[in-house]
Amino acid sequence: MPAQARMDISFDLLINAIVAGLLLGGFYAAVTAGVSISFGMLDIVNIAHPAFIILGSYIAYFININFGIDPILVSIIMLPVFFALGTLVYQVYYLSFERRGQESLRGLAFFFGLLFVTEVTLILVFGVDYRYVEAAYIGPSLHFGIVDLPLRMLVPCLVALGLFASIELFITRTFTGRAIMAVSQDQLALQLMAADPIRIKRIAFGISIATAAIAGALLIIIQPVEPSVGREYIGRVFAICVLGGLGSMPGTLIAALLLGVVESLTATFYGPSWAPAVSFGFLLLTLAFRPAGLLGR
Amino acid sequence: MGTVKFSFTAVAIGALVMAFAHWFHVDYLFFACYTILQFIVLATAWNILGGYCGYVNFGSAAFFALGAYSSVALIKFDGEIDAWFSEGVANALHYIFPLPIPLLIIFGALVSGIVGFGMGYLTLRLRGSFFAIATLALAVVLQTLIVNWDFVGGSRGAYVIRPENLEFAGIAINYIEYLFALMLLLAVIALTTARVIERSQLGFGFATIRDDELAAEACGVPTLRLKLIATTLSGAFMGMAGAPFPYYIGYLQPSSAFGLEYAVNSIAMPMIGGTTSWVGPLVGAILLGSAQQYATVTISSAVNLLIVGLMLVAFVIIAPNGLIGLVQERLRRRQS
Repeated sequence: MPAQARMDISFDLLINAIVAGLLLGGFYAAVTAGVSISFGMLDIVNIAHPAFIILGSYIAYFININFGIDPILVSIIMLPVFFALGTLVYQVYYLSFERRGQESLRGLAFFFGLLFVTEVTLILVFGVDYRYVEAAYIGPSLHFGIVDLPLRMLVPCLVALGLFASIELFITRTFTGRAIMAVSQDQLALQLMAADPIRIKRIAFGISIATAAIAGALLIIIQPVEPSVGREYIGRVFAICVLGGLGSMPGTLIAALLLGVVESLTATFYGPSWAPAVSFGFLLLTLAFRPAGLLGR
Repeated sequence: MGTVKFSFTAVAIGALVMAFAHWFHVDYLFFACYTILQFIVLATAWNILGGYCGYVNFGSAAFFALGAYSSVALIKFDGEIDAWFSEGVANALHYIFPLPIPLLIIFGALVSGIVGFGMGYLTLRLRGSFFAIATLALAVVLQTLIVNWDFVGGSRGAYVIRPENLEFAGIAINYIEYLFALMLLLAVIALTTARVIERSQLGFGFATIRDDELAAEACGVPTLRLKLIATTLSGAFMGMAGAPFPYYIGYLQPSSAFGLEYAVNSIAMPMIGGTTSWVGPLVGAILLGSAQQYATVTISSAVNLLIVGLMLVAFVIIAPNGLIGLVQERLRRRQS
């Protein structure tokens, strides 16, 4: 092969890898949005978040296969259910751990147990086979010159960005949203303003779990899902969350896009089996050199 | 009870179990008890960091697998000596290799201990939850590395041939009995270490970190150094537990070495037993370990993991101090 042609091909590869990475990064932003609220703002280390995402994937899968409803639509219908689930989990967490000041050891073990129980239950119900959904936009792709835009990546990315923008608007523009920001900064001060911090936190945690419904539907559109896939996302979401600066939504978005691109480049040039290691590298480097993250307070 | 007396008692109890199994010629009993002893080591190791210092390690499976795979690497290295080195060097190396299992255990402890130290050094200066998250991610990354490392078998896994018998001073010893004895020794060492720590200045230092790290720091407790000691020790013991594992199982695969059951059991066992003393992990490991041995045979391994997970959640909510805490409470109530 002449040198010129080889250059073109690797240039094509590079551009496509970066575009694919940006699309993937947009999706990661949706996956991380929930953790950004729970871990970044409420200081609740919800390591079970990926398990809720997988749960969302399986619900989307189950309804899509049996009733043929679009997975994204299913996830929007499921939002209130996941919100209620989130408030319930927070209530248990608050009564059993936060109020007793035992969140660091037993609270973590509690979430770890939840993660584990969800995963094993899904294995018992659905088995360990990969499951996937069917929708019109899975398959075709758009072409712009040398750039391919597969719709199965583009649609989740756009929905993810929409979700992300609405959370950002909700937090900065509404009263409840501002109260959530306030509770993350000074709980006592909020209490003195006659707002109930526990109620605010319960709502915030409910929202964080609700995002998992949408993230789960997006996940199963992008790739086939089996119960243990969630574990790969633990490293990713926390790496993004820490890199972005805890609780900073714009920082989270930038970090998500960055991780998406680097992962996609790694997968293209070194092989997909190396991709999970990227997030850990990001996490360790951030913790070692800039624990406050990119846009940290 | 003095430390020496304690360890002799522990060895004596183990020897009784061994004599019992040997007498009845039940190999299964050795296999089952080996697993339980392995969990005693893992749970005790987890508790040195988790129970005494209050720092959660979710990556027990990673440290365990690190021990197992460092053994595999050394065993594979032995097979390649003739191909890699000139005759003179190869002959010299053949005097040392294949390494006996006790040396493999020490090597596994070194590797896991160093990784534990490195992880701790990077994350323990930050808030406690960062360490927990980093250990969770560590398991995924190490698994990625092992899957991509063809020398130790990659994703296909590695076969390790276990000799039938072992010649020792002219007496042939059944290999599984030998492995069992080694693991028994490790369990005794781990329990004794935990017990010594608990009653030493080191243990009091750990307890101050668990109760109020900021206050401890203010009083001049070298918290970072103590935490690093705990992480290194804890990691090293997990590596020790993993080092003989390839010989035990015969065929080591990344998914079995990094299995979820190690991560969840090494947390659930101390939590259910009670985290404040060395007795907790021991009780938890014996109870949960034997229950799982029974349930895996009679029900299924997925259901039995589900039960462990549910018990973990139930115990941290209802009985935060584990079984030991329940017993102590009952005794106190009876006295008053």
